[in-house]
Amino acid sequence: MKSAVIVFPASNRDRDSADVLEKVTGTKPYMVWHGETEVPDVDLIVLPGGFSYGDYLRCGAMASQSRIMRDVIAKADKGVAVLGICNGFQILTESRLLPGALMRNAGLKFVSKPVPVEVEETQSMFTRRYRQKQRVVYPVAHGEGNYFADDETLNRLEGEGRVVFRYASGENPNGSARDIAGVLNEKRNVMGLMPHPECACDPMLGPPDGLGLFEGLVEALS
Amino acid sequence: MKARVFVTLKNGVLDPQGKAIGHALNNLGFDAVGEVRQGKVIDIELADKDESRARADLKDMCEKLLANTIIEKYEIELKP
Repeated sequence: MKSAVIVFPASNRDRDSADVLEKVTGTKPYMVWHGETEVPDVDLIVLPGGFSYGDYLRCGAMASQSRIMRDVIAKADKGVAVLGICNGFQILTESRLLPGALMRNAGLKFVSKPVPVEVEETQSMFTRRYRQKQRVVYPVAHGEGNYFADDETLNRLEGEGRVVFRYASGENPNGSARDIAGVLNEKRNVMGLMPHPECACDPMLGPPDGLGLFEGLVEALS
Repeated sequence: MKARVFVTLKNGVLDPQGKAIGHALNNLGFDAVGEVRQGKVIDIELADKDESRARADLKDMCEKLLANTIIEKYEIELKP
């Protein structure tokens, strides 16, 4: 499986993503700067966490207009797998590759802590290695992770099995609608989530609950 | 030509910052303060002389970048 990580000014989890990708694929991912016009021919594109463009205007808004995103959108439309983590999820909603929006945390505070999350949907290349309702712990680190969409959209996402991750009951850190932590697009090749699976992959740092996501992708895309 | 764009959260979308500001104003003794909603003001200088074209462009700017219309609404004010 070949992969690429897009690097925006003030991305800061790009190397965490790169480390995991190298670990599970055996190959270093391409690190693609936001000013480039084309992503190399890969099976997976990761939009990493961070504070692209200093979160100016709205989180992810400026990054969604960057030059490289035109090609990311084109490749996503062609079916290339795209994973957006944290700021990457915000960029995906701002690009309209995923429905909804991520708003200021309901409690107004930046939240940085491990959070129990439940795998809601295993029929996806991102979660095939997990069991339905499996509880995993991923760290979160964000100030704007409050997932919002109108009721009609939320019902459709739930009905179509596109809510992939939910915060465990009583553990919602940001006020997200229906405890949603991660969603899929209609074609199921684009996923965004606020928690950081890439930061839960090294046993030195705690239970490597995030590895399953990347190993599942290797299995599906190799 | 100068334009001023107001971007605010849609009615019904929770605005925790507005709420916090409202509480702070109440705590300062401004008992009359009810609901508070916070938004953004963006001032834009435009080379365009034609008002209707400027308005159409500004609407396009709001839809494409300045507002996220899933959660926000916008108003445009033009000054010659």
